[in-house]
Amino acid sequence: MTENNFWLKKIEINVSEAEKRTGRNAMNMQETYTAYLIETRSVEHTDGQSVLTDSLWRRYSEFELLRNYLLVYYPHIVVPPLPEKRAEFVWHKLSADNMDPDFVERRRIGLENFLLRVASHPILCRDKIFYLFLTQEGNWKETVNETGFQLKADSRLKALNATFRVKNPDKRFTELKHYSDELQSVISHLLRVRARVADRLYGVYKVHGNYGRVFSEWSAIEKEMGDGLQSAGHHMDVYASSIDDILEDEEHYADQLKEYLFYAEALRAVCRKHELMQYDLEMAAQDLASKKQQCEELATGTVRTFSLKGMTTKLFGQETPEQREARIKVLEEQISEGEQQLKSKNLEGREFVKNAWADIERFKEQKNRDLKEALISYAVMQISMCKKGIQVWTNAKECFSKM
Amino acid sequence: MEGERLASQARSSGLPAGGATGESPGVDAPLLGSSGSSALLQAEVLDLDEDEDDLEVFSKDASLMDMNSFSPMMPTSPLSMINQVKFEDEPDLKDLFITVDEPESHVTTIETFITYRIITKTSRGEFDSSEFEVRRRYQDFLWLKGKLEEAHPTLIIPPLPEKFIVKGMVERFNDDFIETRRKALQKFLNRIADHPTLTFNEDFKVFLTAQAWELSSHKKQGPGLLSRMGQTVRAVALSMRGVKSRPEEFMEMNNFIEIFSQKINLIDKISQRIYKEEREYSDEMKEYGPIHVLWSASEEDLVDSLRGVARCLDQCCKATEKRMSGLSEALLPAVHEYVLYSEMVMGVMKRRDQIQAELDSKVEALTYKKADTDLLIEEIGKLEDKVECANNALKADWERWKHNMQNDIKSAFTDMAEENIHYYEQCLATWESFLASQTDLHMEETSEDKPESH
Repeated sequence: MTENNFWLKKIEINVSEAEKRTGRNAMNMQETYTAYLIETRSVEHTDGQSVLTDSLWRRYSEFELLRNYLLVYYPHIVVPPLPEKRAEFVWHKLSADNMDPDFVERRRIGLENFLLRVASHPILCRDKIFYLFLTQEGNWKETVNETGFQLKADSRLKALNATFRVKNPDKRFTELKHYSDELQSVISHLLRVRARVADRLYGVYKVHGNYGRVFSEWSAIEKEMGDGLQSAGHHMDVYASSIDDILEDEEHYADQLKEYLFYAEALRAVCRKHELMQYDLEMAAQDLASKKQQCEELATGTVRTFSLKGMTTKLFGQETPEQREARIKVLEEQISEGEQQLKSKNLEGREFVKNAWADIERFKEQKNRDLKEALISYAVMQISMCKKGIQVWTNAKECFSKM
Repeated sequence: MEGERLASQARSSGLPAGGATGESPGVDAPLLGSSGSSALLQAEVLDLDEDEDDLEVFSKDASLMDMNSFSPMMPTSPLSMINQVKFEDEPDLKDLFITVDEPESHVTTIETFITYRIITKTSRGEFDSSEFEVRRRYQDFLWLKGKLEEAHPTLIIPPLPEKFIVKGMVERFNDDFIETRRKALQKFLNRIADHPTLTFNEDFKVFLTAQAWELSSHKKQGPGLLSRMGQTVRAVALSMRGVKSRPEEFMEMNNFIEIFSQKINLIDKISQRIYKEEREYSDEMKEYGPIHVLWSASEEDLVDSLRGVARCLDQCCKATEKRMSGLSEALLPAVHEYVLYSEMVMGVMKRRDQIQAELDSKVEALTYKKADTDLLIEEIGKLEDKVECANNALKADWERWKHNMQNDIKSAFTDMAEENIHYYEQCLATWESFLASQTDLHMEETSEDKPESH
């Protein structure tokens, strides 16, 4: 929104706490919601020490407001997505309840990630409203609304059903839209299957826990086998309970993928904006062309195209030369205006494409880095799981062989 | 029981004196809700699920019938029986090798049945040849088991696989069922061959060597159905008496087998459930890898990573399949055999009780001078010998059975642990090699810090 860089120093942002609150909403009804503590620290270059500069509480709806504002004012930017509003891709052990502590915890991390993404974006980090989001607790909502961004918003952007017959869209955007559809589809599919796999894995581990109990009871009647059975049973319990931590770690991996699932939506928004601009441009050009033609027809007196005026003159008699002159003059003014507008629209359009594409390139590199890292971290998780498994079963085997 | 209880103080709690505890899974497991705790899952497993109820639909009747059909005639004199049951000459060197294979379906107008080929290789003198090949059907096995139980009412005869399983079988004989049965039948025959007494049983020899028609005619000999029926009624009446005067060591045996039976049944259910869960896990994993390949089609720069992950997931899926087959080859049949074995042992104990009860009732009759005392005294004498034989036979066989059980269980679970170790080792290797390939490339690229603010 402004060119100023509000922070002269490096900053750290943490969403460090989440708190359940009750309050009254707009309709004066009691509601429960979660508030998140955002702490901003500035880091001294020289010694790397950080000083707490700001600390305030925000709720999810305020994050949404911030993001909606950014979407309107930076339509050429792939705006980082928020963590999901409601828990999706839930497998049976996970709760779909928004108040569930695990969900709140993962959301806290997601919100922190969102702020870090915005703060590290070369353009978005300079936005004043974003700065105020981090520094001005009270009144921030009013300040955002005062920008009037809701009015600026093109409602057509949100309309999913609207199709625009664009004749000459930039091919790169068409491809990008296609890519974002594929990305969304494949990540959704992956997350669904992953959830099912997690569910099954949970089942395998937990059923082994039953061995623990039964071995223990059986060991009571065995003389020689008793000790071996008992301690093997203990290891079965260890095995069964190890899955909880393993799957909790995996949820973080799922969240990383989910971020890019939602990023697909942000990509699509940029493509749409381009489509709309292109559509408006083409409509304006079309309008200009038809006005020029009308003007020509009036001037030369030939009627090639149907017009209501033409019809009425036929019915009610010819218009006077003075009337015709007046009309030509109006049209000429409109044509001149139209040409100006078309010129500026063209310029706008080209600027948009240039800036948007620059951000898309930046996004692509970020995406490749992040996803690669995510896949590596998944491998690390699997390795850890395997090592634990080897440990437990080696111990169990020792107990069994001593029976 | 006391001795064992003392030893068990340090272990589990709450074993009431003198008897088996009732298993109380307690929680009527509801649908797994959002709290999905492990306790719920455990309760669900231990409850008799609707779809696992039918595990109760075994043909227990086979053992019941034979149990009551003991005949008073002994193959040899009591004294030689006592010598025989000392089991000092446990056959260390196997001289009888039996395989069961080649199931074949036979269709007649009346029925459809399966026969199995049985090949016996032996160096024993009493066999006419060193190799035999015959075909037998399940009915023939049932017959053999019955004859063995008749001849040795207080020896622990190995169990036969179930007659049929009702659940989920559209066709009575599907491949898995036949294969499982074949393996169990082979086990059955080999257990008999390994048993120091049973291995020399005449009917066993006939079973292994006779041609179909010879077997038929041999079967027709022996006590008829009617005589067996007559004894059933008496046996039932006597069975209750036997429990009251049961000697200490047999009380211990009985308590053990009751608890063992409970526990082994639970272990059987748990093991089957694990197999089922692993099967479902494997099915999901089959889909998991390919998605990554699909994704790689739209990501130029991530092709290596995505395909790498896909490969790892596919390898892990294969490793799971292997683990499952290990389970179904070793652990599941072994545990299930002992489920059936524990039924057999309980049957043997009942038979011992009956033999004792018969003696007790005659002794009682003598006390009240109900019939001809001289005759009674003679009968009592015979019965006392019979009881002593039965007890000794059972005692010795019990020790042998318990020893085998410990070895078999130990071996089955050790194998399972080994399979799991191998599974995790395979998965570890594949993920580690993926990681190595990625981090090499990763180092080459310029590493960026995590998103930080400017």
